[in-house]
Amino acid sequence: MKKSSIIGLVVIAIAVAIIISTAGDASSYVTFDEAYAMAANGKAESIHVVGELKKAPNGQVVGVQPSEDMLSVEFILVDDNQKEQTVYLNQPMPSDLLKSDKVVVIGGYKNDMFIADKVLLKCPSKYEETSL
Amino acid sequence: MISATVHTTIGNIGHLLVIVSFVASIIAAFAYGKASLNNEIGNTDWIKFGRASFWTHGLAVLGTAVTLFLIIYNNYFEYHYAWSHASKDLPVHYMIACFWEGQEGSFLIWSVWNALLGFILIKTNKKWEAPVMTVFALVQAFLASMILGVVIGDLKIGSSPFLLLRDVMNEPVFLVNPNYVPEDGTGLNPLLQNYWMVIHPPMTFLGFACTLIPFSFCIAGLWRKDFKDWIRPALPWTIFGGVILGTAIVMGAYWAYETLNFGGYWNWDPVENAVYVPWLVLIASMHTMIIFKKNHTALKTSIVLVIATFILILYATFLVRSGILGNTSVHSFTDLGLSGQLLIYLLFFLVASIAIAARVWSQLPTSDKEASAYSREFWIFIGALVLCLMAFQVLVPTSFPVFNAIVEFFGGVSSLAPPANQVEFYSQWQVWFGIGIALLSGTGQFFFWKKMDKEKLKSAMTFPVLISLVISALIFVLEDIYNPVYIVVLVAGVYSVVSNLKIMLDLVRSGSYKLTGGSIAHIGIAMMLVGIMFSEGYSRIISKNTTIISRNFTEEQNTNNVVLFLNDPKPMGGYSLLYKSEGLKAEGIPGYVKKSWLDNTENSHYKITRADIVVDGTTYAQKGDTLYFRTPENTYHEIEYTSLNSGKKFTLFPRTQVNDEMGQTIVSPDIKKQWNRDLYTYVALQSDFDDENTVWSEKDIHTIRPGERFFINDYVAVFQGLERLPRVNYLTMGPNDAAVKANIEVFVEEGEKLYLEPKFIIKDKNVGRPPEVNQEIASRVTLENINPEDGSIELGIETTQKDWIILQAIEKPQINILWIGTIVMIIGFIVATRRRYIEFAKMRDKGMA
Repeated sequence: MKKSSIIGLVVIAIAVAIIISTAGDASSYVTFDEAYAMAANGKAESIHVVGELKKAPNGQVVGVQPSEDMLSVEFILVDDNQKEQTVYLNQPMPSDLLKSDKVVVIGGYKNDMFIADKVLLKCPSKYEETSL
Repeated sequence: MISATVHTTIGNIGHLLVIVSFVASIIAAFAYGKASLNNEIGNTDWIKFGRASFWTHGLAVLGTAVTLFLIIYNNYFEYHYAWSHASKDLPVHYMIACFWEGQEGSFLIWSVWNALLGFILIKTNKKWEAPVMTVFALVQAFLASMILGVVIGDLKIGSSPFLLLRDVMNEPVFLVNPNYVPEDGTGLNPLLQNYWMVIHPPMTFLGFACTLIPFSFCIAGLWRKDFKDWIRPALPWTIFGGVILGTAIVMGAYWAYETLNFGGYWNWDPVENAVYVPWLVLIASMHTMIIFKKNHTALKTSIVLVIATFILILYATFLVRSGILGNTSVHSFTDLGLSGQLLIYLLFFLVASIAIAARVWSQLPTSDKEASAYSREFWIFIGALVLCLMAFQVLVPTSFPVFNAIVEFFGGVSSLAPPANQVEFYSQWQVWFGIGIALLSGTGQFFFWKKMDKEKLKSAMTFPVLISLVISALIFVLEDIYNPVYIVVLVAGVYSVVSNLKIMLDLVRSGSYKLTGGSIAHIGIAMMLVGIMFSEGYSRIISKNTTIISRNFTEEQNTNNVVLFLNDPKPMGGYSLLYKSEGLKAEGIPGYVKKSWLDNTENSHYKITRADIVVDGTTYAQKGDTLYFRTPENTYHEIEYTSLNSGKKFTLFPRTQVNDEMGQTIVSPDIKKQWNRDLYTYVALQSDFDDENTVWSEKDIHTIRPGERFFINDYVAVFQGLERLPRVNYLTMGPNDAAVKANIEVFVEEGEKLYLEPKFIIKDKNVGRPPEVNQEIASRVTLENINPEDGSIELGIETTQKDWIILQAIEKPQINILWIGTIVMIIGFIVATRRRYIEFAKMRDKGMA
């Protein structure tokens, strides 16, 4: 076999390996029920769930509870199927949590509890406002 | 309401210049295109015409830029662009930054660079001018169309930066008074008020602009069927583009490191990836072009890579500006409705260049001889392949949003999200490619002389291999490195440095300074690799401790943060930490002014001091002076580190920024730089006493006579007396209204004093008792009542938990190797650019190019 053919094959093999590895590591946005089912199947990490903080009828956010030493926080997230779930975040409360429109939690179920490693907040930004 | 003159002329001039530049670029493309198609005799007139059109175009672009800058500089807030990107509080260098904060301005700066580079090419090229400038003018036509701002029926072409506010916004105020001009703009996003914002974007766009040059030469070569000669004039520009874009990327990384709180310099954010990918391909193309110059192989690969670089730049532009990245990126632009236009731009050049290449593909000269495994070119080629794979690995996941959009366009459902742990995901691949690059760049250099065989190679390599093993072994022992991957990185990196150093010294000894560019750049790259390995691989959170995260969990969890209470020292990672104060940066006063010394006014930029401000013996302001704060949204937290071993002290000032424009609080670190590491510290969360979560104690009422001492939250305080206030902020006082304040002095830590001034206000027969909150002593006092007979007051005192911050501290070892490596790489690139340009210029002057 010619050297260039060998090199070509190696390159293709690496490219395929990259695609397979990417497909394997990609996560997707799911609901809490799906995340729960995934935990039962052994995937308890790196799951993205999108939702909103639970709000009282008057619009006030409820259920946000920083821990005693303020180094962690728990809050109630309502996903797109209106399922409520308490989420534990082992990080100080993100300073804009209460102002956020949407919250993406990244984590998974452990012992029936949703533990987030990371949260992403989508905050209302004045930048996009078009009024004076 | 203020009526001011609406300066319509300057905007009309700007808009006219954009239209002129657009039309002139199309004429230039046509004229240069005609010149390229004509034979030698018939083309001089077309070339002259094309040149004049391009000059007209370029000058119009420059004029557009000057006009837009004048609108920003003169605070013409009747213009939407100035209103939404600038404000009166900005110094001149940030006004320059405002210019490219918006999409329109950043297209304009890109276009300005292209125009300037076009001028240089017209001056420096003879044979290639017509076809190259045809491509240039076409690209410029597309760029000008992005800011054209012309509406034909329902079709909007481009977004003009010269629109008046009243034409953009449907505000009732404009119906009442069409000449309404806002008093101030909404300003440059405070997060971007940083010197990097002044230099990083233009650098990036210069890099973008540089990729157009090799692309134009390549297309010109394919079009004119002059398949080989285009490489010589293109190569110096490829190398120059490589250094500019590479520097821009590292600048962005450094900016992210010291201002944005990603916890590091590289976060694999899609916007970072979007520029990293074309840079890698550009470097690959540079190497295959060098191979071609040496032995006339790798021509097809060079063509593919040069085209791919430019298309990937367009793709990056599309990703960042179309809004398609949505939630996946921290810093993409908002959609201006130009996505369709951007897509056409991308697809036009993609399809056109593929068509032009396909037309002549079978005629391209190829060489049948296989490159020997002992030739330098063989190994450079393998290196280029590794670079391409490296780019491919980043490109695939970065394109997920595009993939989702395409699937959805065809009616499917796709919700691929980026990998949750991006850093780990990308690093696991990139580190091996990096090792490959280091080994290849070290070894490839030994094949400098064409005739190399096994024996010669062995003898040439023995010395560098031995040296690098010895050095690596020393480093293992000194730095305790046990991770096998990192050991490989270290050996590969050191090997690359040593072998390239040897080659460089050999070249210097033989007097060939000009040829050292490659080896210097490789040394820089290898140093960067080692620096990244240390600073990321051995990045250590030193604020670690364990805690119980919730009542529902009994087991302890690790946490990466510590809580610091004001004036309450706490040990952490070999230091004793003391949170001393919160400060603001006042204009003209060194250091920071304590927040608890300042009274707010109606305008957040102006505050009144309650104490004399003395720094190093100089009095900068006296009690009652109004101070000016350019950026009142920034709070700096003074944290004193005392080493537990040596007792040495230093102070860091990590920043928190209440960023209204982004609707978020942005935290920025402060970094203690030491020769062998950075100590990176940021405030994750600060207490906010206005927050509804703050729990106050029950109000305690004390009756106090003037001069009496008493306690507020365990601090000694003295009531100095009452003072009548002629006026109170935010209130207009009538003849029967009155306001009084009580002056209270509190003695706090280190012999310092602070001043409380609770007020008692009678307005329209109603009594107001605005509470005075002070974070430093964690108290809220109200002036409940005044007894006129003895001048005593009733003071309501509430207290809460002491002021606190949550802090994270990270150690980044040997990060300086990364920055030094970057500088070495830049020097290498510059040496190489110079060499290749001189080669081109010599051949041109002989009439060969």
